[in-house]
Amino acid sequence: MKVRVKFFAILRERAGTAEVIKDLGDGSTVAELWRGLQKDYPKLDVPGIRLLYAVNQNYVGLDHRLSEGDEVVFVPPVSGG
Amino acid sequence: MFRVTHQPIDLNEMVRYVTDPEAGAIATFIGTTRNNNEGRKVIALDYEAYPEMAEKELARIGADAARKWQICRMAIAHRLGPVQIGEASVIIVVSSAHREAAFAASRFAIEEIKKTVPIWKKEVYEGGEVWIGTQTGQEFKTK
Repeated sequence: MKVRVKFFAILRERAGTAEVIKDLGDGSTVAELWRGLQKDYPKLDVPGIRLLYAVNQNYVGLDHRLSEGDEVVFVPPVSGG
Repeated sequence: MFRVTHQPIDLNEMVRYVTDPEAGAIATFIGTTRNNNEGRKVIALDYEAYPEMAEKELARIGADAARKWQICRMAIAHRLGPVQIGEASVIIVVSSAHREAAFAASRFAIEEIKKTVPIWKKEVYEGGEVWIGTQTGQEFKTK
């Protein structure tokens, strides 16, 4: 199955791209996707960073199972206001 | 009205939007960009968002506020892209029958924005730049 990953802010800069399509095994979790992305883009491993995880614009946990066509965002610490 | 925008935010337009014959108060909160942070001189700021989700989260904050307090109308706008020092980066306006609800909802909204809305601020200093928050981490529980 394929999912769309969007990168923002520090992770966009670290990945060197704003968006990537990733091919995963059916039933893969957010955590498995993140491990795969860190292999593709080693600079995504920012020491000490605390991420949130959003699937289709809703916050989820690391164990959330992904589905075909999901839009996944690894949310770096937010700093609006 | 809950939105992110690359244009300067028009306070008067937002106040008109929440003006309501049932209201006896309108509270406005304006977050502005500061020329210093933790002892460093900030020369420029840049905001980035996950825009679709940011607007959805702003609307969620509005809905939560409406459940907690008796408010008439509410609007939140957050600026994106480069913002000059001293300009408004975020404006919250709330109308309510009585002032306590407007003050409380406004305070709630700015605190929530800083916790859950996917917007990021980059500060540019002389000789460096940093995405704010990436040094300190964040505390947040998923629902």
